[in-house]
Amino acid sequence: MNLAKDFPILKRKFNGKRLVYLDSAATSQKPRQVISALKEFYEKYNANVHRGVYNLSEEATQRYEGARTKIASFIGARAEEIVFTKNCTEALNLLAYSLGKELRGRDEILISQMEHHSNFVPWQQIALERGAKLKFVEITKEGKLNLASLKKQLSKKTKVVALTHVSNVLGTINPIKEIAEIVHKNSGAVLVIDGAQALGHMAVDIKKLGADFYAFSGHKMLGPLGIGCLYGKRELFQKMKPFLYGGKMIKEVSFVGTTFAEPPYKFEAGTQPIAEVVALGAAVDYLNEKGMGKIEESDRKLVSYALKELGKIPEIEIYGPKTAEERGAVIAFNIKGVHSHDVATILDSEGVAMRGGHHCCMPLMSVLKIPGAARASFHIYNTKEDVDAFIRGIRKVREVFK
Amino acid sequence: MQEIYKENILDHFKHPRNFGPLKGAQASAREVNTICGDEVEVQVKIKAGKIADIKFQGQGCAISQAAASILTEEVKGKNLEGVQRLEKNDVLKMLGIPISPARLKCALLALYATKNAIKQTKDK
Repeated sequence: MNLAKDFPILKRKFNGKRLVYLDSAATSQKPRQVISALKEFYEKYNANVHRGVYNLSEEATQRYEGARTKIASFIGARAEEIVFTKNCTEALNLLAYSLGKELRGRDEILISQMEHHSNFVPWQQIALERGAKLKFVEITKEGKLNLASLKKQLSKKTKVVALTHVSNVLGTINPIKEIAEIVHKNSGAVLVIDGAQALGHMAVDIKKLGADFYAFSGHKMLGPLGIGCLYGKRELFQKMKPFLYGGKMIKEVSFVGTTFAEPPYKFEAGTQPIAEVVALGAAVDYLNEKGMGKIEESDRKLVSYALKELGKIPEIEIYGPKTAEERGAVIAFNIKGVHSHDVATILDSEGVAMRGGHHCCMPLMSVLKIPGAARASFHIYNTKEDVDAFIRGIRKVREVFK
Repeated sequence: MQEIYKENILDHFKHPRNFGPLKGAQASAREVNTICGDEVEVQVKIKAGKIADIKFQGQGCAISQAAASILTEEVKGKNLEGVQRLEKNDVLKMLGIPISPARLKCALLALYATKNAIKQTKDK
């Protein structure tokens, strides 16, 4: 898919070379359509939503709620099942804090060894605070979730299972449908899925997946920064206590107490990033127009080609599943004897923007017994030529460090 | 091209000077760069207000390890006051390469560790 023309930033040059952006797992670039939606909102519709009786506020509200409906149906959910947050991390914190309030001493939370810190630290800290036990699903040698380890650790005591859909390091796509069946059959736990690396890359039908909660980030799916979402089953949202308190999330406030609004508003205290929500709606339109099936296919071709080319270089160790079919749009690797930051610096001098380090997965790094890894990640605007530039850069690293 | 990975830097990275544990060290200090996991531990021996011996151990990117190798060579035998006055720009001059803001911490790890180690000998 050559869509680079839709992404103004890709016209930039560094060191006289065109920008080859291979860090979409950190944040994706934004198409013109999304940037225009932000601008249009501020120029034509800017007003606070819901409370205003004047026309402008009504128009803003329509656009805001229209975007909620659009985003919800993008994952096969209803509008009232989508809560807006500032990012995916906040969505996961919302759950950790709200569900955490109900945890007691003998309760258990189950996460995995491959979680990003955002789906790790909140649960770790809530467990410490509540005296609950945090347990870990192991990964297999090839970097997949060990489903036997998952099953073995589930019990009546398990209250929350929180797992990633796609690993931001290993690239592993976890079989959520199968996992949901295992979790719901072997425990009464709610299943929380971190969808940050999945949404915008693959079609997600939340009802088919069977997850109880699904957190994702707008800026990784071609949307603007500052907006994340949390899907939750309505009956669960209704039972849960609020996370943040303040305006807009209330029904009635008196000097002695407060009743709360219905979900999703119960979880949306204060003024939300309204323009960003509207622009995320534009990102969903863009993704729908290109077609999730085609995007998935484009990712797969790039990953498959990159894996093949990397495989020709002997000093390279790649982490995670071997084939593109089992992977998201992420490849983490190391070149023997070279630190990942040196890899990233040399590639940068070739105009290739990619990342080195622990990728917010320090526990996973300790399981893999590496201090860090270099990582190339792709999105809809990347091309075969980008992979070629990346491989040329890797060969340069070998020359420099030979 | 690849100005940062000059031969001198790569040589210090591949063959670090003053690398390993220092027998009879009076103080040691460890610095880590949490962003990328670089670590440098510096051990010192002080005699008559001078650095009598200095060694480092660690792992990480070429810049962090080469900087430790170059710095320890530079400060061995020097007056403590002079070493304590060393700053960012002094280290950059020793390295002689352009360091981007993102890599600055890598370059300065060894300096921080050295200063902390010296400070410990004074506190004793």
